[in-house]
Amino acid sequence: MNAYIPVLLFIVIAIAFPLITFVFAWILRAGRYDPIKLEPYECGNPITSEAHDYRFSVRYYLIAVLFVVFDVETVFLFPWAVMFRKLALFGFVEMLVFIGILVVGYVYAWRRGALQWV
Amino acid sequence: MRADLIALLPELMLATLAMAVLLAGLASGKARHGLLGAGAVLALAATGVTLWLAAGATDPGAHFFSGMFVLDHFAIFFKALFLLTAALVVLLSHDYLKRNDYRPGEYLALVMFATVGMMTMASGVNLAVIYVGLELMALSTYILAGYFRREVKSHEAAAKYFVLGAMSSGILLYGLSLIYGATGTLDLATLARVLASAKPGPSALVGVALLACGFLFKVAAVPFHVWTPDVYEGAPTPITAFMSVGPKAAAFAMFLRVFIGGLAPLAASWIWLVGVAAALTMIWGNVAALTQDNVKRMLAYSSIAHAGYALVGLVAGGPAGVNSVLFYMLVYTVTNIGAFGFVILLESRGYAGETVADYAGLARRHPAAAFGMLLFMLSLGGIPPTAGFMGKLYLFAAAVNAGYVWLVVVAVLMSAVSLYYYLRIVLQMYLREGDGAEPATLVAAPWTERVIWACGVAVLVIGLLPAPFLAAARAMAGAVGLL
Amino acid sequence: MISTAHVLVLSLALFTLGVVGMAVRRNFITVLMCVELILNAANLNFIAFSRQLGDLTGQVFAVFVITIAAAEAAIGLGIIVALVRLKQTVNLDQVNVMEG
Repeated sequence: MNAYIPVLLFIVIAIAFPLITFVFAWILRAGRYDPIKLEPYECGNPITSEAHDYRFSVRYYLIAVLFVVFDVETVFLFPWAVMFRKLALFGFVEMLVFIGILVVGYVYAWRRGALQWV
Repeated sequence: MRADLIALLPELMLATLAMAVLLAGLASGKARHGLLGAGAVLALAATGVTLWLAAGATDPGAHFFSGMFVLDHFAIFFKALFLLTAALVVLLSHDYLKRNDYRPGEYLALVMFATVGMMTMASGVNLAVIYVGLELMALSTYILAGYFRREVKSHEAAAKYFVLGAMSSGILLYGLSLIYGATGTLDLATLARVLASAKPGPSALVGVALLACGFLFKVAAVPFHVWTPDVYEGAPTPITAFMSVGPKAAAFAMFLRVFIGGLAPLAASWIWLVGVAAALTMIWGNVAALTQDNVKRMLAYSSIAHAGYALVGLVAGGPAGVNSVLFYMLVYTVTNIGAFGFVILLESRGYAGETVADYAGLARRHPAAAFGMLLFMLSLGGIPPTAGFMGKLYLFAAAVNAGYVWLVVVAVLMSAVSLYYYLRIVLQMYLREGDGAEPATLVAAPWTERVIWACGVAVLVIGLLPAPFLAAARAMAGAVGLL
Repeated sequence: MISTAHVLVLSLALFTLGVVGMAVRRNFITVLMCVELILNAANLNFIAFSRQLGDLTGQVFAVFVITIAAAEAAIGLGIIVALVRLKQTVNLDQVNVMEG
């Protein structure tokens, strides 16, 4: 049973931390509202149009594509990380090669301007 | 571990060099066509040397990477063929890319990546490895088909190729999953043992059927051929040449390895399926080619028909059948690359040079070129003394010896039909005069010409002296364990 | 308790949806989603069989398939972007300039 005490503690802390933060924020914040404050971009950027009136630019797809490709590669990093000790140096070198290939892809996308909003 | 890496060295090397070409292309932009092309050819040649050294340093019967990878004679033959194909295509593309002003870096790198995929397919004895190789090849070719971004046709080809190719890969993968469920393995040797020892259940048979559909799709056999004409017509011509030989030969390597190797115990349940597909492919490919006025489309249907002939060898099976398919792939590769080389040379105004009428009167204006085209057309039609005749002879002999006389009858009849459309071009070149308005002329493309010369010589040499090549193919497939 | 048979039925349904969708839908993005359906139907099978057989091969292969599916989606989307830039459409029927 004692083995579960850390888990219990973890749960208590996990619940308590956001609650305490919220309470502090509630105590400290000014609580003044005006129309500008309620705009989508709180930082003050003027909005150019309503989001639902226009379709998104196809360029978003390009960013999404790059995200998907690089994101999914973490699928291979995860099992390696779990088995890190067992795979030892061989696994490490293997992973370096793998990440090296990803870097080639990244450098390509970057230098080719795929990350730029044209 | 060390032996594993030696066996994989050719692929590792080509992949590394392909990345180098990609980055070099990035650094140098459009200007350095010659440098990058030379780099790509040298990389392919260096990989060939590495392949030779790796083959010498490893035992052809050995398995690497826990039994997933082999470097047997079968694999070596196909890898050498793929490297040759890629090198010829790179040379063919040089003038074409320059003339149309497209970046060479990505193009060359993608051809090399596709080659790495094909090489993996030839060496894999585990369905997972074969599938990954297949996808590497297929994904690279999707992009290559759409490489000419300013042409609507190229986009259309890429879109259609992608949709149908992805569907076929999916069906193939689903078949693999069912086979895995029924037998508990993806390893071909284990698969053959399991299937031989116990009667397979319905799910294994459904899996095999789906697998066969996927494979027939990849070799463009009827009824899974609908993508071929549009994709071949729309893709940049050197890529059409590449798709019609490289990925097709790779698909055959995989087909032979999986069906004659791993699924041999189930032969009774798939052989009729492949046999019928072969007959339909030969009939439909040849009949549909008769009515085509666009030479690229005609060659597309012709390539469908040729896949049908090669399937006859697969149905025949055994060492003789496998040999004949290997030999035929070599013959078909040099002939088809040569024929597409001419289409590239004739493309003078945009997409012109593709209609049969463009060939009118070519013999008078360019006698040497016309003679070359005559040679390739005869070889595709299977007329002696060209390589195509020898290729067909050995295929059909293997099938007759295996007892598939009906298939050979269909094949011979359809070869006769095919002569009509091959000779139609010859007729245009030698007997017709152009309408004179704006006759198609050959563009200046020294490297394309050299490739055509090399292919022409190869077609004649293989046709007149087939013995050494056959011996090579026989030695390569001699120990057909395939597993 | 979910048995392998349950998963098989689900995966078969997904596979059929994918294949039929690819055959009848003309919108390229829908077609792309159907590709994902097919590949993930196969993945489900691999994982279910892997659990049933107590063999890890299927799960490892599923990881590879996930990556391949991502690459495939990326290339599909790339083709769409190029197509939209040229033709302003994602409809496959409107990109038909050749005979077939």
